[in-house]
Amino acid sequence: MAWLLLSLGILLASGLAAWVLRRESIGLAGALVGCAAGLASAAAPLMTGRSCALSLPWSVPYGSFHLEIDALSAFFLLPLFLVGALSAVYAYGYLAPYRKSQPLGRTWFFYNALVASMALVVTARNAVLFLTAWEAMALTSFFLVVFESERKDAREAGWSYLVAGHLGTAFLIILFVWLGSRAGSLEFERFGNLDSRAAGMLFLLALIGFGTKAGFFPLHVWLPEAHPAAPSHVSALMSGVMIKMGIYGLLRIYICLGPGPAWWGWLMVAVGVVSGVLGVLFALAQSDLKRLLAYSSVENIGIIALGLGLGMLGRSLGIPALAALGFAGGLLHLLNHALFKSLLFLGAGAVAHSAGTRDIEHLGGLAKAMPWTAGFFLLGAVAICGLPPLNGFVGEFLILLGAYHGACAVGHLAAAGAAAIAAIALIGGLAAACFTRAFGIVFLGQPRRRHTESIHEVGWSMRIPMAVLAASCVAIGLGAPWLFASADRVLGPLGVGAGSWAGSGARGCLLGLTLLWAGLLAVALAAAGFRRWLLGGRPIGEGGTWDCGYDRPSERMQYTASSFAQPLISLFAPVLRTRRELATPTGYYPGPADLATTTPDIASRRLFSPAYEAMQALLARFRWLQHGYLQLYVLQLAVTLLVLLIWKLG
Amino acid sequence: METGLILSSAGGIAGAALAAPLLSGVINRTKAVFAGRRGQPLLQAYHDIIKLLGKGAVYSRTTTWVFRAGPVIQFSCAALALALLPMGSRPALLAFPGDFICLAGLLALMRFFLMTAALDTGSSFEGMGASREAAFSALAEPVFLLSLAVLARLTGALSLSGMASRLALHPAEGSGPVLALTALALFVVFLAENARVPVDDPNTHLELTMIHEVMALDHGGPDLAFIQYAAQLKLWIMGILVVNALGLGGRGGWACAGGMAALAVLIGIVESTMARLRLLRVPQLMIGAGALSLLALLLTLVRP
Repeated sequence: MAWLLLSLGILLASGLAAWVLRRESIGLAGALVGCAAGLASAAAPLMTGRSCALSLPWSVPYGSFHLEIDALSAFFLLPLFLVGALSAVYAYGYLAPYRKSQPLGRTWFFYNALVASMALVVTARNAVLFLTAWEAMALTSFFLVVFESERKDAREAGWSYLVAGHLGTAFLIILFVWLGSRAGSLEFERFGNLDSRAAGMLFLLALIGFGTKAGFFPLHVWLPEAHPAAPSHVSALMSGVMIKMGIYGLLRIYICLGPGPAWWGWLMVAVGVVSGVLGVLFALAQSDLKRLLAYSSVENIGIIALGLGLGMLGRSLGIPALAALGFAGGLLHLLNHALFKSLLFLGAGAVAHSAGTRDIEHLGGLAKAMPWTAGFFLLGAVAICGLPPLNGFVGEFLILLGAYHGACAVGHLAAAGAAAIAAIALIGGLAAACFTRAFGIVFLGQPRRRHTESIHEVGWSMRIPMAVLAASCVAIGLGAPWLFASADRVLGPLGVGAGSWAGSGARGCLLGLTLLWAGLLAVALAAAGFRRWLLGGRPIGEGGTWDCGYDRPSERMQYTASSFAQPLISLFAPVLRTRRELATPTGYYPGPADLATTTPDIASRRLFSPAYEAMQALLARFRWLQHGYLQLYVLQLAVTLLVLLIWKLG
Repeated sequence: METGLILSSAGGIAGAALAAPLLSGVINRTKAVFAGRRGQPLLQAYHDIIKLLGKGAVYSRTTTWVFRAGPVIQFSCAALALALLPMGSRPALLAFPGDFICLAGLLALMRFFLMTAALDTGSSFEGMGASREAAFSALAEPVFLLSLAVLARLTGALSLSGMASRLALHPAEGSGPVLALTALALFVVFLAENARVPVDDPNTHLELTMIHEVMALDHGGPDLAFIQYAAQLKLWIMGILVVNALGLGGRGGWACAGGMAALAVLIGIVESTMARLRLLRVPQLMIGAGALSLLALLLTLVRP
């Protein structure tokens, strides 16, 4: 616990010092030391399973400064501090072009405060403290999103993020007030003992409130706005870690509420299927690289929800193996997503930093100028598609294995299992299409615009964080069996009994995986050596790309990102509703043709915009109350007070 | 596992690695008979591979290391997938619950690098092929995993070896219609994944209409040999899965070999009697196959 307090103190103090003294290096050093201390605080609960707690009085009504690190909290602290430290290193290089135009100390304050507030969110055990940390997290990240506040799109994105975040928080306040009024206290440990109806309502409230932060479809609308607008290291931290705070909150409330009926699990599975499939479809339709990654976060949150939903089903129906596999798969995918999504956002930031654009259609051939970034991005792409031998596969493997256990069971569980299997398979296939497109169009082929010729590899401070993240993806992929040594401890708070993990037989499977990937590497090395031996001494020519006899293929004749995605986009047109604006050449001496396609978000267009408009129309009727005369406002207040007094006393 | 069993499984792998190119020979011979031609020799595929391995290489200036690594990775994935495959009455070298998910993962990795290597050339034809491959395989994936869910439900086994042996030796009472539906769904996936008619035409001459072939247009020499051999291994792997689903595989080496030969002849007949579907129709075919596997799953649900 001392480590955590030390970490929080260092983060906040160094942030403040960086702001006041206008020294960036203090912010960076504080972030690194603070994150290291934070990682140390997570080590003991994960290794030994002993949780540590701290409770201090707080003058706020019902509030107390109650912190606790159990294995579950520690599990969430791990990616937080890892990605937090790496993104900070990256930021130092990434922010360099802005250094002349504005003082950056403030940015470091918000960054360090964001990391600290997230650490508080996962360790707070009092609702007032939790909500305070939650709000601090929302505000600090808001200020980071509007970092380039001179740009209109950044301000608008920040605005929609602020609104969405607070709508979610409104649900959380109702949730905690309800829980607190039943328990008579706002301490987490006192929550619980509810009748099934109240518990169901509370679960729904938590699903909406925390789901807004996590980005469940259709509550995800702020993600594709905020992630592209924010600086890339912030996008990495937000997408990699902050949206997982929503999942954490949901799990913590689930622990308080108890196992619950089977429909909770079904609902989570449904949410997962919808978020996963729609998220990856919208990702496929985007041409802004960071927007694509933001939608892909919705997809991965969907996969996590699927895993957790299967785990909840397993617990409700009393199948320990399913509960262990579902929860373990969901949580592992959560950790994995934190790693590879941060890696991809940092890669996308390097591309934007170097090429000056994030539009996939304008990029191409970057692998030659930026070989390191290309390699890291490729690794991240393979991992996020859930392909072996990297970490993404292990998480999806466990969820799928759980789904197959479910599919072999009797009753409605079989349907849930089959739905999960079909959904994960479809998501995997679509993700492969999405990321071959993202990597292939951006990094391979030839540059699509002339101005991309001055592109250069980014500096070491930006490459090292990517290298560490890539190495962790490989390590988890190959070392999965040893990673799960603490599985029982992390799953324990979720109600997965000791021994359930061992009983699920997953350890043997994971050993099989590792054996297989070792074989894969060995065969690949042998084949590469064989190829080298074959080609040694033989003539190796160079030429142009074969374009069916045409000798002068130009960069403008390459397949574009839109055309690559077109077969799937047109197949799923009923949900995507891509808009095409086609100007065909007309007349005897035709001019240029023009085609523009955009895929606006269906939830914000079909759900939130109409809802806001209806609300605005309704509230406009009360506009006569807002006339601008101060004396009449005072009169209104007095009358209202009088009416209330008469009502209460009368 | 005992040494004898390991040796036996390794023997199976070696046999598959040797016999895989023969499948395309049988398919082509069937098509030749249908067309009234004498056709190419049965062992033509072997000659092609040996010839290609002896050549040098020409690379496009546009390409990077991804293009050179692609064929090696594709070959390694296909070769490793053999280790997960029960052949005849021999169990797979490596069998564990969920091994078929690894098989699907390896084939997906193989496809990923086929597509990225194609995009590396900057050719619009290869981009087009990669785009189609991505679209059709995304639709084939759920059909494949759902069909395996049916087999898992039917046998109660979660590994390919367990499924194969139980389907062959202890088939569940009255499981015939379910197995037929599943095998049909798997057969459609088999045709789509291996670039056969009616999804793709291996003999097409127009780059615009190709899917698999067009992605390998720029590869030559040993690289092309790796790609072709990997595709032949994939044909073998998915073929074994179809044969196993019918309960033939686990009955022994000869039943398995006979099933594979019959499958090759069947592909030849399909390719001689059918034209390639219009590309817009292919998703409908895949959705139809998905409906078949779903129907099979429903049938297993209502069975006591």
